[in-house]
Amino acid sequence: MLGIQDKWVSLAYILSIVSTLLCVIYGFINWNKGDDEVD
Amino acid sequence: MNILASTVDVWTMVSVVVYLLIVVYLGWLGFKRTKTAADYMVAGREAHPLIMALSYGATFISTSAIVGFGGVAGLFGMSLLWLTMLNIFMGIFIAFVFIGGPTRRMGHRLDAHTFPELLGRRFDSKFIQVFAGGTIFLFMPLYAAAVLIGGTKYFATQLGVDYNAGLFIFSVITATYVLMGGLKGVMYTDALQGGIMFVGMAILMVWTYVKVGGVVPSHQYLTDMAPLVPSKLAAIGHQGWTAMPKFGWGGPQYNLWWTVVTTIVMGVGIGVLAQPQLALRFMTVKSKRELNRAVPTGGIFILAMTGVAFTVGALSNVYFNQHGDPLTGRVIKSINEAKGFAVLQIVKKDETGAWVDVVDAKGEGKKAPVTLTKDAALGIKVIDNKEFPIVQGRSISVVYAGGDAEQIIPTYITKAMPKWFGIVFLLTLLSAAMSTLSSQFHALGTGIGRDVYEQITGKHNNTMFVVRIGIIIGFVIAMLWSYYSAQSSIIIARATAIFFGLCASAFMPTFFGGLFFKRMTKAAAISSMIVGFAITTCWLLLVKAQEAGALGLVEKLTNGKDSLLAGKANWPVVDQLIVALPVSILVAIVVSLFTQPPSKEHLHKCFGEK
Repeated sequence: MLGIQDKWVSLAYILSIVSTLLCVIYGFINWNKGDDEVD
Repeated sequence: MNILASTVDVWTMVSVVVYLLIVVYLGWLGFKRTKTAADYMVAGREAHPLIMALSYGATFISTSAIVGFGGVAGLFGMSLLWLTMLNIFMGIFIAFVFIGGPTRRMGHRLDAHTFPELLGRRFDSKFIQVFAGGTIFLFMPLYAAAVLIGGTKYFATQLGVDYNAGLFIFSVITATYVLMGGLKGVMYTDALQGGIMFVGMAILMVWTYVKVGGVVPSHQYLTDMAPLVPSKLAAIGHQGWTAMPKFGWGGPQYNLWWTVVTTIVMGVGIGVLAQPQLALRFMTVKSKRELNRAVPTGGIFILAMTGVAFTVGALSNVYFNQHGDPLTGRVIKSINEAKGFAVLQIVKKDETGAWVDVVDAKGEGKKAPVTLTKDAALGIKVIDNKEFPIVQGRSISVVYAGGDAEQIIPTYITKAMPKWFGIVFLLTLLSAAMSTLSSQFHALGTGIGRDVYEQITGKHNNTMFVVRIGIIIGFVIAMLWSYYSAQSSIIIARATAIFFGLCASAFMPTFFGGLFFKRMTKAAAISSMIVGFAITTCWLLLVKAQEAGALGLVEKLTNGKDSLLAGKANWPVVDQLIVALPVSILVAIVVSLFTQPPSKEHLHKCFGEK
């Protein structure tokens, strides 16, 4: 996949991008949550 | 050409000076706003989420990741992308979403100003604070040396000075800056440096993929280069630059898998969760909302740093195989005639015009795996009445880097990228090194000043003096490490992994136990830290062949072996983390079960109502 020989390396390539998307989505969903925690 | 080179030098110097002036201004701005101990230690606990995320990222990613680990990816291939995945998933997502909130809350509740102070106050133990502060003071210079070596290797190449001169210039610039201000100044400059790093690495990624033919074609070309893996690497399990090393247990053909997965991927990928200078960042924001808002920036930033460095490191093999300067030699082994893969004995003309073999420092013939060019033979070399045509071919990254994996990224930037990018990359690496070094020495200084000196003497009046003396001592130790170990094989990645692994084994069970388990006891925390520390140091001294062999103690004990377990399966290449962390966790659990639980009053102080 993606011209990469080993499925385990392709998986690492894809999971790196998926993890980044997870960070972005989590951040925007919870953008205004958590300030009641205010110390 | 000389005029161009000298013009670039002027531009290089101007860029560096302007950059340093801006950094000094931001440091001074932070210094001016530093009024209380909380300002110096935890940036007043009011950092903006964007500043906090960039500061966390710029502290986490250093020249070690870009030059050191990027070079390792050039040598071993894209299997290092598992570390990128862990860096983002563990280092950002898990850290910010699950660890950051409780760390921030407890740090505020206990009014902790440093990571050791947080651990010490959570378990009501002066010993824990002193032990953790002392460990950071003693071992942080090793990690700082990795960052210094990474910066110096490129700095020296770009400025055309030798390694020692580069090390001196680089160290003086960063030490001056580190001594200036507290965490407020550090975080302001981190944010600027994080921005520069992001731009530099983004350009590098796009330029590289365009240069080597696009995403899938370049990966495919790299896959097809697998037969060019040098025989020494193939013997320890290297199966190509887009494949994992060969997996198994027992013979030396599995050594590379255990090195890549246990030391490089897990050592750093897991160790990030217990880094004192990173955990401190969670205590600099005022609520969980700031942590939530920092997550997207953190994730994108780390992908742009390690994802790019490791991918470009691996793809540099494609660039050199397509566009590198042709090497001249005679074929001593044909690997794949149809594709033109062969091993060349490198030759050169002597003063009489005859072709002679080039030998390396050991006196052995210098060989290189190449893809032969289509050009006609340059001449003939006769050996034992046999005629060998002299041909040309392009090789792989490590050959162009003179056999030093850590020179792969600097060599690639110098050869493949335009001149102006050399300056951008110089600022990128300067930013990466300074942002990490400043936090390393901030942690080291507060470790010796607040956590050791104040706790042992009970005095609070000379702390800043002790902090600054500690930083100077730490810097001298780091420079000595950098001077004496720069030639050691993949030293940047190894030194970084040692520090990250030590933090994981010695601090992680106590840190996580303190945050999430009210039943964990003071005795369990102390036992776990001591056991984690002891196993790590013993493993490095006696078992891990590369380190134990270099340190020399095991050779004296075993009459010349480089590991107590030499010849016993793959143990000499297994990372200390694999043994030390599970034992450290087990000790924390068992001792907690057999000792008196902490008092309700103390737990209330640590955890509050919830």
